[in-house]
Amino acid sequence: MTTLPATTQKKLGLVIDLDTCVGCHACVISCKGWNTENYGAPLADLDAYGGNPEGTFLNRVHTFEVTRETAPPMVVHFPKSCLHCDNAPCVTVCPTGASYKRVEDGIVLVNESACIGCGLCAWACPYGAREMDGAEKVMKKCTLCVDRIYNENLPEEDRTPACVRTCPAGARHFGDFSDPDSHVSKLSAARGGFDLMPEQGTAPVNKYLPPRGRDTLDVPDLASMCEPAPKTAKGFLGWLDRALERL
Amino acid sequence: MTQPIVNLSPQVSEEVRKTTCYMCACRCGINVHMKGGKVAYIEGNRDHPVNRGVLCAKGSAGIMQHLSPARLRAPLKRVGPRGSGEFQEISWDEALQLATDWLAPLRATAPEKLAFFTGRDQSQSFTGWWAQAFGTPNWAAHGGFCSVNMAAAGIYTMGGAFWEFGQPDWDRTKLFLLFGVAEDHDSNPIKMGLGKLKARGARVIGVNPIRTGYNAVADDWVGITPGTDGLFILALVHELLQVGKIDLGYLIRYTNAPYLVNAHDGPDKGLFLRGEDGKPLVRDRRSGRAVAWDSPGISPDLASGVRIGGVTHLPVFRHLADRYLSDDYAPENVAARCGIPAPRIRAIAAEIARVAFDEEITINQPWTDFRGQRHETMTGRPVAMHAMRGVSAHSNGFQTCRALHLLQILIGSVETPGGFRFKPPYPKPPEAHPRPHAGFTPGQPLDGPHLGYPLGPEHLLINDDNSAKRIDKAFSWDAPMSPHGMMHMVISNAHAGDPYEIDTLFLYMANMAWNSSMNTSQVMEMLTDQKEDGSYRIPRIIYSDAYSSEMVAFADLVLPDTTYLERHDCISLLDRPICEAGALADSIRWPVVQPDRDVRPFQSVLLDLGARLGLPGMVTEDGRPKFRDYAEYITHHERRPGIGPLAGFRGADGTAQGRGAPNPEQIARYIENGGFWIDHIPPEAQFYKPWNAAYQGWAVARGLYDSPQPYLFNLYCEPLRKFQLAAEGHGLRQPPDHLRARLVDTMDPLPLWYPTFTDAGTDPEDYPLHALTQRPMAHYHSWGSQNAWLRQIHGHTPLYVSGEIWTEQRFTEGDWATLTSPHGKITLPVLRMDALNARTVWTWNAVAKRRGAWALGEDAPEATQSALLNHLIHELLPPKGDGLRWANSDPVTGQAAWYDLRVRIEKAPKGQSRSYPAHPAQTSPVPAAPENLTHQVKA
Repeated sequence: MTTLPATTQKKLGLVIDLDTCVGCHACVISCKGWNTENYGAPLADLDAYGGNPEGTFLNRVHTFEVTRETAPPMVVHFPKSCLHCDNAPCVTVCPTGASYKRVEDGIVLVNESACIGCGLCAWACPYGAREMDGAEKVMKKCTLCVDRIYNENLPEEDRTPACVRTCPAGARHFGDFSDPDSHVSKLSAARGGFDLMPEQGTAPVNKYLPPRGRDTLDVPDLASMCEPAPKTAKGFLGWLDRALERL
Repeated sequence: MTQPIVNLSPQVSEEVRKTTCYMCACRCGINVHMKGGKVAYIEGNRDHPVNRGVLCAKGSAGIMQHLSPARLRAPLKRVGPRGSGEFQEISWDEALQLATDWLAPLRATAPEKLAFFTGRDQSQSFTGWWAQAFGTPNWAAHGGFCSVNMAAAGIYTMGGAFWEFGQPDWDRTKLFLLFGVAEDHDSNPIKMGLGKLKARGARVIGVNPIRTGYNAVADDWVGITPGTDGLFILALVHELLQVGKIDLGYLIRYTNAPYLVNAHDGPDKGLFLRGEDGKPLVRDRRSGRAVAWDSPGISPDLASGVRIGGVTHLPVFRHLADRYLSDDYAPENVAARCGIPAPRIRAIAAEIARVAFDEEITINQPWTDFRGQRHETMTGRPVAMHAMRGVSAHSNGFQTCRALHLLQILIGSVETPGGFRFKPPYPKPPEAHPRPHAGFTPGQPLDGPHLGYPLGPEHLLINDDNSAKRIDKAFSWDAPMSPHGMMHMVISNAHAGDPYEIDTLFLYMANMAWNSSMNTSQVMEMLTDQKEDGSYRIPRIIYSDAYSSEMVAFADLVLPDTTYLERHDCISLLDRPICEAGALADSIRWPVVQPDRDVRPFQSVLLDLGARLGLPGMVTEDGRPKFRDYAEYITHHERRPGIGPLAGFRGADGTAQGRGAPNPEQIARYIENGGFWIDHIPPEAQFYKPWNAAYQGWAVARGLYDSPQPYLFNLYCEPLRKFQLAAEGHGLRQPPDHLRARLVDTMDPLPLWYPTFTDAGTDPEDYPLHALTQRPMAHYHSWGSQNAWLRQIHGHTPLYVSGEIWTEQRFTEGDWATLTSPHGKITLPVLRMDALNARTVWTWNAVAKRRGAWALGEDAPEATQSALLNHLIHELLPPKGDGLRWANSDPVTGQAAWYDLRVRIEKAPKGQSRSYPAHPAQTSPVPAAPENLTHQVKA
């Protein structure tokens, strides 16, 4: 069993905007590219060109359809990666201490050299956010790009997770939730940011912004928009003549 | 508690090389991180005007494309039967000698017997120049099967369309309407733009039968019936006219709305009433007289006409109002056909009107128009629109695209703040484009550029007997205004010998034996069909591709291309530029790594071949090759004096912009600058470009025009009327009788809607459903499946059906269904999706693969759980019994009508587990792919 820190100095995490995410998978592949080259073992792809390709991804986009009684169905794209929970059950279940939550910033990481690949953490995670690497047999998960966000070899503006840097629609935001004045705290407050599955008691750091209302255009009062309603071709000519005079 | 020490600052790479992405046609700037001389990681270039640092899934997966196991390794000569994929690797010397031996006699005797067509390449100004020098009339790129309706309607109506031609004013628009867009095209700019709108809370309305991607985030979704967009748009026009929510001042100043239309019966009927100097006339409201449109101080009328000799000539606007105020376009009368309730059409029209006129925006920026009048501000109507292939790929697509531009123009939202903005070198009216040419002479170059914009029947490329001069029949009566050619007709026409037989089919980067052809199964038969003497009906096929695509198997000679990281390219203003609405820009690719195979960049190979053939412009006076490679061509070629493929860093010292002498260091300067060049338009020239004196002057200085080209938008398109007049019996060039009625009906000078040819000719009892493909955002055409990362996102093609169809057919999970069109069948697994026009089914485009292609395993789901919709779509309409071959294309532009497809559906028998059709495997010319990837580049 591994212990969680009582508090962390920062609470780094993501705001993911479900109103804006177009489901393009840019974040998925950017993450794959960075994390194949960086932290820990490369993300393997088994049977890469065959009948059942199965690769390790730290971030995946799911798509849900929402049918509604009186409005057209909605489609919601739902990117999902580790939420870096304050009460991370994946950490407390780890028999070797490989899974841990960083005191400095709250990032949940796997120390691969201590990971025995038992898979208990993946069972404990209610979000399905951890994946066992098929080649290396160690547990892989989102690192919040811990090797980017402080990286002195990167320009300061690039010290952000790969998924955030690449998101074309700007649907992903990175910051410190322990600071109420941070961009992510304010954005989450303004747009009704919510916890994923709060009933699980995991206290996730990442927040999701709900989709705004869809299909709300009301039927207008057309008569109020025109003077006097040029409903017929003849009426239209009269209106046109008056309008041209005013130009 | 001690925690592990993590290296927070690992070295990212040893070097960053900045070039241009080619995972789709978006052309974003990329930073290629190198380790140990190898490509390690790719991210977006923050300085680049197209993508500002972001990058889509395709772009980030570029490393897997660069390392694809499907990469060809050496030139190939066919040794087995066509289509088998049996090849022998040969040397470049042998390959180029073979090509020269085939092509030299053609050039000397019958240059038209070479048909050279290129696919999604970005070097069309170069390949067209080569084909012109060879002398064949038969060259074009892929626009005819892509979105030529959009491009042609835009140019003819207002001097530019969407994407490369222009973009929404993302920073200012308050209402955005998006019609039928393939989500892999212009993908990062659209996503970035949508993100900006979302951040501001601006409303997005998506018009698309399918609610995925962009339509999923649209605030309001209009699940329209395919092929009825034009009717819906004209109903919006009807509503706006009814309430007078149109910008009359804009129409008078910037469009041909006031032009008087000749009403005299005879050969000029429907043309503009002109003065003796040929200038179109308008009625001056003050004097009541017909005067030249540009007379100073006049007040052009839109309401009344003039009466001359007992005949009343009315302004364009009156014709327009009469047409669209008709009850034919009332929301109630289009609702059922469009599948949109009338109140919803009204609500959308009202929202357009409200935002355009109640939320007008003003920029305090003085400017002067081409008439010399100074304006203190720039006024915008912040409603923007974007459309692409969804409205375009129909047999009524040209007029639908015209209707969309009509809507934009009526509310005054083109080239005004918050609306739609042109990207230089556009706007450019049809008159400023060339006319098409097909005059060929053995041993000589063609008499001019192949493609262009006809202004009347006199510009058609036809013989005296009305037969087409081009193999694809572009610019014939079949498709009079086909400025991108008709690549989808080439194989079919060449096989039929209609209008004539060819000798060599030369294709580049066009998967014509698979996803880039309609009627794929029969196209494969056409490519392998033999005459009685055992020779192939299409005698020779040369193909260049970087990968083991389906088309490779049908070539006699394969010229292997490099990947995009191993080559020079220019994204040129002469071609499909990457400019922004506020800036001129172009860019390059350069070899960030050298190929590790015996492959060569196609453009360099083409120059080599051109030199071996002695083509003008490619050899020096003493017959030696003029250009060592494509890079040297990019640097030194001049299309006009001072104008070359790249506009930046010109002149001896590299400081000239646009115009200037070739600079030997130009490519090095681009590399230093991050792979691109950008030149911002001055503030006073940013809007009203077609009429803005400052913009026109700036464009001349940059070499975009040789003289100022102000013009008015063509609400009424006179060239269309000229074709109609011919069909009515006027003029020297007369269409064949069987086409007269169709030309009169469809080449209307004002936008109109008519049912697609398939809808009109199909019994809805037999084929009750529409069927579409969608482009997945994470793939580009056929390329994604060879990419180990991307194929895990989209690896098969389920058929998505609405809840209504699901219930009707009593589908249950795991079922398969067969779709039948008048032409063929496919069988696929079905999935239920409710966010869908209830009578439309769809699947993913181009994910299906032929077994043996793309270095995929035999059991790859792309081959066993997937099928192309292409098998259901014929390049011809069903025979009408008249013995004629009627193209399944737009009658104006020849655009392939992919999305007209109608089908019926039935549940497949229990136990179905493989998709249909299942073609025999092709032999792979490349070794089997590795099983597992654990890719990490060590420094």
